Amino acid sequence: MTTRLRILDDGAWLSVDDTRRVSVSELWRLDSTEFCDCDLADLVVENFQAVGVDGPIVEVRVYGQCITCGTKSTTGWIPVGRIVDGEFTDLERESVLSAHSEG
Amino acid sequence: MPTDVENWKSEVYGNEIREHLFRFAEEGFETIPDDERDAWFERFKWWGLYHQRNGQEGYFMMRIGTPNGVLEPGQLRVVGEIADEYARGPGTNPIFGESYADFTTRQSIQLHWIQLSDVPAVFEKLEANGLSTQQACGDSWRNIVGNPVAGKDGQEVIDAWPVIRDLNETFKGNDDHSNLPRKWKVSVTGSADGSGQGDINDLAFEPAYKEIDGEDEVGFNVRVGGGLARNEPRLARDIDVWVSPDQVSDVAGGLSALFRDNGDREDRYNARIKFLVDEWGPEQVRETLQEEYVDFELRTAGRDVREEYTYNTGEGERNDLIGVHKQKDGTNFVGLNVLVGRMGADDVLELADLAEEYGSGEVRLSQRQNVIVTDVPDEELDDFLAEDLLEHYSPDPSPFMRGSIACTGTEFCSLSIVETKNRQVRFARWLKQHVDLPDDVDEFHIHLSGCTASCAQPQIADVSLRGMKTRKNGEAVEALDVGLGGGLGDEPQFARWVTQRVPVDEVPGAIANLIESFAAERNEGESFRAFVDRHDDEELDAFVEPEETDYEDPMMHNTKMTWYPYAEDDGMDASPPTPADD
Ligand code: HEM
Ligand code: SF4
Ligand SMILES: [Zn+2]
Repeated sequence: MTTRLRILDDGAWLSVDDTRRVSVSELWRLDSTEFCDCDLADLVVENFQAVGVDGPIVEVRVYGQCITCGTKSTTGWIPVGRIVDGEFTDLERESVLSAHSEG
Repeated sequence: MPTDVENWKSEVYGNEIREHLFRFAEEGFETIPDDERDAWFERFKWWGLYHQRNGQEGYFMMRIGTPNGVLEPGQLRVVGEIADEYARGPGTNPIFGESYADFTTRQSIQLHWIQLSDVPAVFEKLEANGLSTQQACGDSWRNIVGNPVAGKDGQEVIDAWPVIRDLNETFKGNDDHSNLPRKWKVSVTGSADGSGQGDINDLAFEPAYKEIDGEDEVGFNVRVGGGLARNEPRLARDIDVWVSPDQVSDVAGGLSALFRDNGDREDRYNARIKFLVDEWGPEQVRETLQEEYVDFELRTAGRDVREEYTYNTGEGERNDLIGVHKQKDGTNFVGLNVLVGRMGADDVLELADLAEEYGSGEVRLSQRQNVIVTDVPDEELDDFLAEDLLEHYSPDPSPFMRGSIACTGTEFCSLSIVETKNRQVRFARWLKQHVDLPDDVDEFHIHLSGCTASCAQPQIADVSLRGMKTRKNGEAVEALDVGLGGGLGDEPQFARWVTQRVPVDEVPGAIANLIESFAAERNEGESFRAFVDRHDDEELDAFVEPEETDYEDPMMHNTKMTWYPYAEDDGMDASPPTPADD
């Protein structure tokens, strides 16, 4: 069975199988030199731009702002959850997240 | 590839959504198939129902579209009764209570906590009284805006109300125009004050004179492609067309069809017509309209009255419609300030009584979230103005009260980053108590939007506030970006974002300091907007100077991670269950 992944309400949230899973306004610690010059970006998620999968991992690209340095941009692919036996489980997004390098 | 939304729309959209909506209402929320929820919630918007944010599953915002903000006699009471009976949920707002109505920046009305099972009853009552939610949200013709006192205003060039009514009748429920690539916002203004705010709409008709067979005729110039959302604000662009009132419908329909056929359906972020106008330029819009969408020769633009615009300009007369104004027929309209556009259901009902007692029963809504009681004769005026209710909804409010606009924010909205309405009320009260404007300045507009969608129109205020976050003593807190010097008028201008990420509890102090610098350093008689104009961003940033004061903000934490920002136990785990069907 395929998992339905969608970004809805103009980028407000990520829907997985018709259930809201991840919303804007989360604050992520992002380990990505591509986003800004900070060692760890402190990213306010303002808008979801795209969703994809890499094996069992659900990834998104988001528009947001690093509140340490002020950079505003779109991220590379960031893992936010995992599909196990057809069920979505959150990744611990309070801890450090890393972007996929090919962005 | 078309988006999911486009695929859903091509299956079921427009009027036919209604029968499904009613079926689900009857059979129960849980009968919406699990794998069709996203699709149905997207479609329900077309009928004015917008699912509230996470933590509030099964509750909807309902928008009632009132063309030009006109509520005919009796209709305000209906809105009050519906709010009182149906717009109640598990959350109680500490300032506004258990049930209330919001008057919006596009002259509509929003109710919250609506349950699907109540929709047929609410629709029946609305429709029996000439009101509707049709196309209030979704990808179609939205509520048409304009000068709310059209037909009555002493300053009018042409009465736009019959034109608006005709457009509304023609394009609501019209299958040829019901499925557009994105929302379609139309403004038709007949007064010389600019109160229709055409510049920030997808399509604007503005009053203009044209010489035809040696005679000056009154009609409208046409502008296309304005809008504020997504860090991509645009002013509507002049396509060099003048239309007589009886051609408005053909040209509006032509442009709506042009948008339908040419707007981007593969990328919703690029779908608004403002982006098509960017790509094509106004000349190509005009050519395409002429060649493919109208069957008469378009005239070139006429002589407009833009230099007379005052509304939301930040200087001169009539920046809003608050206060007592003369109508053409010798009676008066009285604009009352509704702070952040929200009115408790009891107050709505009381105002409906007063409008009947002193006026004709009619009220109208402005784009500054205020309400206007019309048709009050001179001899009734003093008694009306002495009513207790008008102490709260004042015709002569403090500049900080009358200048405040706020969007929905984290209370209900999925896109929001911060709490808005309650915060703006607290800001306004604090500023009223602690800050003095120079004596000759009696208007000061502060607009607060919870995110970049810009529903509160922040870019056209003296002080623009937009939701962000920051860290304060290591803790993540809600914050606001501060922009300055926006306004409409002959030469409209968007605010410049000069100071980023001010923690919310330091914003009132920042505004107080800014106003202090303005008062000290302005030229004689200089408006705030002009003052901002002659300073660079760095100088302005220095004036803003965030500071803690005795202002307290109980909503500093991430209010979006709550189920309801003001609940005692506000954690997501305490979310109310999806309402049971009754
Ligand atoms: C439950 C969620 C939402 C609520 C309660 C809400 C509320 C409002 C309100 C009160 C207005 C004023 C106008 C009107 O009557 O049409 C408005 C306008 C607007 N809304 Fe929303 N909104 C919501 C979601 C969204 C979303 C998801 C977007 C996404 C883009 C959005 C974008 C806008 C924009 C751009 C405007 C007007 C500004 C302009 O384009 O000129 N809103 N909204
Ligand atoms: S501006 Fe943003 S937060 Fe405010 S109502 Fe619009 S979408 Fe929601
Ligand atoms: Zn950074």
